[in-house]
Amino acid sequence: MTIKGKAASVEFRNVTKAFGEVVAVRDVSFKIDAGELITFLGPSGCGKTTTLRMIAGLEMTTSGQILIGDTEVTHLPATDRDVSMVFQSYALFPHMTVAENVGYGLRVGGLDKAAAMQQASDGLNVVGLKGYEGRLPSELSGGQQQRVAVARALVLEPQVLLFDEPLSNLDAKLRRRMREEIRDLQKDLGLTVVYVTHDQSEALAVSDRIVVMKDAVIAQVGSPHDLYERPVDTFVADFIGDANLVEGEILKLNNGDALVKIGGLEVERPHQGLKPGPTQMAIRPEAIKIAKDTGDGKLRGNVAKAAYLGSHLEYTVISELGELFVIDHDLSSPVAQGESVEITFAERGVNLVRAEE
Amino acid sequence: MNRTVALWLIVGWVGYAIFPWYAIDDGFWTLEWLDGYVANVDYAPGLFVSLFFDRGWLSPIGLALLAPLFVIRRPKMDPLFSTVLLAAGGFGLAYTLLQGFTVSLAGWNWEFLNAWFGEMEVRQFGMGYGALMVSGAFLFLFAQGVAARGAINGDVFVVGSISLIISMVTAFVFFPVSRILISALQDNDENFAPFQFLDKLFSHGIWGLDCVTSSVGCGVAWNSLTLAVLTGVGTTTLGLAFALIATRTGFRAKKMLRTLSVLPIITPPFVISLAIILLFGRSGAVSTFMADTFGIEPGRWIYGLPGILLAQMLSYTPIAFLVLIGVVEGVSPAMEEAAQTLRADRWKTFTTITLPLIRPGLANAFLIGFIEAMADFGNPMVLGGDYEVLSTSIFYAIVGAQNDQARAAVLALVLLCFTLSAFYVQRRWLGRKSYTTVTGKGDSGVHPHLPKSLTVVVYSTALPWALLTFVIYAMIIFGGFVELWGYNHSFTFKHYIEAFGIEWAESGIVWAGAAWNSFSTTIMIAAISAPLTAAVGLLTAYVLVRQRFGGKDMFEFGTMLSFAIPGTVIGVSYILAFNVPPIELTGTGAILVLCFVFRNMPVGVRAGIASMSQIDRSLDESSLTLGANSFITLRKVVLPLLRPAIVAALVYSFVRAMTAISAVIFLVSARFDMATSYIIGRVENGDYGLAIAYSSTLIVVMLLVILLVQKAVGERKIGRRGMAEDKERPALGVGAV
Repeated sequence: MTIKGKAASVEFRNVTKAFGEVVAVRDVSFKIDAGELITFLGPSGCGKTTTLRMIAGLEMTTSGQILIGDTEVTHLPATDRDVSMVFQSYALFPHMTVAENVGYGLRVGGLDKAAAMQQASDGLNVVGLKGYEGRLPSELSGGQQQRVAVARALVLEPQVLLFDEPLSNLDAKLRRRMREEIRDLQKDLGLTVVYVTHDQSEALAVSDRIVVMKDAVIAQVGSPHDLYERPVDTFVADFIGDANLVEGEILKLNNGDALVKIGGLEVERPHQGLKPGPTQMAIRPEAIKIAKDTGDGKLRGNVAKAAYLGSHLEYTVISELGELFVIDHDLSSPVAQGESVEITFAERGVNLVRAEE
Repeated sequence: MNRTVALWLIVGWVGYAIFPWYAIDDGFWTLEWLDGYVANVDYAPGLFVSLFFDRGWLSPIGLALLAPLFVIRRPKMDPLFSTVLLAAGGFGLAYTLLQGFTVSLAGWNWEFLNAWFGEMEVRQFGMGYGALMVSGAFLFLFAQGVAARGAINGDVFVVGSISLIISMVTAFVFFPVSRILISALQDNDENFAPFQFLDKLFSHGIWGLDCVTSSVGCGVAWNSLTLAVLTGVGTTTLGLAFALIATRTGFRAKKMLRTLSVLPIITPPFVISLAIILLFGRSGAVSTFMADTFGIEPGRWIYGLPGILLAQMLSYTPIAFLVLIGVVEGVSPAMEEAAQTLRADRWKTFTTITLPLIRPGLANAFLIGFIEAMADFGNPMVLGGDYEVLSTSIFYAIVGAQNDQARAAVLALVLLCFTLSAFYVQRRWLGRKSYTTVTGKGDSGVHPHLPKSLTVVVYSTALPWALLTFVIYAMIIFGGFVELWGYNHSFTFKHYIEAFGIEWAESGIVWAGAAWNSFSTTIMIAAISAPLTAAVGLLTAYVLVRQRFGGKDMFEFGTMLSFAIPGTVIGVSYILAFNVPPIELTGTGAILVLCFVFRNMPVGVRAGIASMSQIDRSLDESSLTLGANSFITLRKVVLPLLRPAIVAALVYSFVRAMTAISAVIFLVSARFDMATSYIIGRVENGDYGLAIAYSSTLIVVMLLVILLVQKAVGERKIGRRGMAEDKERPALGVGAV
């Protein structure tokens, strides 16, 4: 394998992008380290793709600065940035063969044809498409087209490699395999990868860190673990994984922790900068424990739905907190639909969160 | 060092210090100017003119060419770099033009300058190659200044292209047209006369509605409008029918159909009119037959709306076909297949998927037909009779006994309003529709056939039309071999020998035929202007479809404007604008080339826009992120996918250059005579035989050229799982034009 990474960091300083009246990205700052795979996650229209295109140089900032490595690239067009991108539609040139597609960037970069074709072959080898050089893109399956697009971006050994929802056109099994392959490539070659998706499980699976965006601003940045275990607000809690959003009341603050009353239960959790009074709580489905009602539980409910999914059980429980979605990995004591249960909370997966503005 | 700046500085200095500044009377390429080059003010380069002759006003140009040297080593991001380039380029260009307009053949060009500075003794001729190179250098230096300021992502190529297109369109469309429009506001003695203008604008002759209530004709505006709408609808319908037959049916003789339907555009318009007269005129073949068999008295119905409409539909249906075949082929088969799998039958698929997807193409086709019909001059001229339309009125207002320039200008204004409104309506409608169908994903699938009932309709529309076309052409070919049509039908070669005779003398070949001179000029001019037209048109389309910049609507309006100006007006305006310095072009071949390039450019633009809109933008973007600049992206990614549009633009501009008459008739000279004006001259002398023989020769030549272009450019190669018929397509020749 002859492809090496030249990974560089990416930094945004107070970047804003407006299309006329519409602000797509508002005063965003972050830093991506060299060799890191970072994912931009958010619902459609949140500004994640615009951010990616600004890194690529396909959109110019309205204000703010962009740095790649230590160099400012704010006003450089895409051509002059050492960045390559894998498009959602793959954007393979339909009139060129697979090898010509992969070798395109090398050729326009001034490499002679023989060397470009050799490197294109190497690149195709990396993505497991050796022997497909002479085919046209239309003669490949979706997954193969995806690999060609990746190879085409890889052979340039870019400082930063960008992926714009690259797996959205693939079926689920292929998607899982491709995302693992992308992650392996990134680790093996030490690439800086920026990845945009709206699929949270994809983001959790591949990322070193995730940037959650909402309405043109960053909602939270953190490792998958951070985001799942310590979401800062109801939006992130709900967007990453599942969460039951319930009302609670902070009784008192105690150092870093807050004593919170949820229904009849009391828990102690990090206070997230909140003051005593009513608060929002995000409770993961697997953090809710239910057991057959013995009559003296402090929080009680009734199982409205129960489903067996092989690896776990899923319940919908009606309680004074509202409808709760519960996952139980303990298959030994299933509760039947219609039964009364008493509810307790696990140590982890119960968080105070700021209410979404 | 910035290499692009260096390049344009070299061009500028070569133009300023080496090439003759003024236009050479007998043409630059005679190289006659080498004799007495520097010593003669008429032949000397600008630098020498300003230093050694009493024309110091040319020296600031040299200063403006020096300034960029001081920033050539500075980085692009440096504000000083862009400031100096903007200043030097902007000032240089403005000053070069200003001095050209100020000092002319008769000294000061404007009266008040005589009053201020006294009479000017020195005179200047029109600008030559030197001045052209210097102006070009200034323009591109300016463009680089703009790009360095970060406009359009700092893309020098795109900014340069836009600047080039804007300045050329300004020089060769807006400038001449403004000369005409100024005369609309003046009386014929060049005095400002706004009331006379209003009088003429709302005159009864233009807007009268007498035809509704009586047998008197309506105003020319209504006549033109009626004709143009009918022609637009007719050609779009027929063009669609042909396009559908060619792509969505199992029709076996597609090949012939395609060839036939392309024939009319390679025919000078008045030839079709002549053939129609030979068929339906009072002594025409069909009329005589009807009279002999059914006793129907031959009438003059062909002279007027029916005749012109027939001729125009014969002339412009192929254009609609050319527009629509690209669009119909461009609809991704996957969409239609998807609809079919969604339980849509063929009819539903066609009406809910195919038709909406090709709707922008239909709008294009209608627009082109409408404007062509509005501006058409040849057919109303021959077949008009009492049915006068705007374009012929303009011609008569200038050439006829009236010689009323102001009236011609007013008529042109009315005509312009019609065509521009059509353009706006179409633009609005298209603007909201995205019809990207060629995506970056490999495309596969097969176009479904048309529903049965529709197939019948399409066949019954297109086939009779193809037959009529066939008959018309039989008349044209046959007419060239007939002694005297209508009277003596004996077979003869004499018309061909008279036109294209070749003799062998001791000195070698003698081109004895009367047509050789105009024929060779025509081929040369057409061959020069076709690639230029295609290049300018497609470049404009690329800028319009792929780039975002301020004033884009104005830009598009400007580039499409020349299409909306009838040839008669263009012809007259070119004479008014380019007969005097600073741009002296009348009597040269260049004026013909320029006229063709800017008159035909909108077709290239349209074809380019239609095809380019169907290519997913992510293809360009991915090329850019792979390190290609926009020029390489255009050349390697966009152009190869645009082959049908390139062929259409090349063929169409070549053919138009060979068959155009309305503008050309004003611009030809003894040295540069064109085939069409020569033929019209023969027709006026009643020499139909030679005229038709010459015309059919032109048709054959154009056919050959089309086949050659088709071979050279080839088919768009996007592996679609081929239909059986597709395999034979490369051999179809004219087919995919």
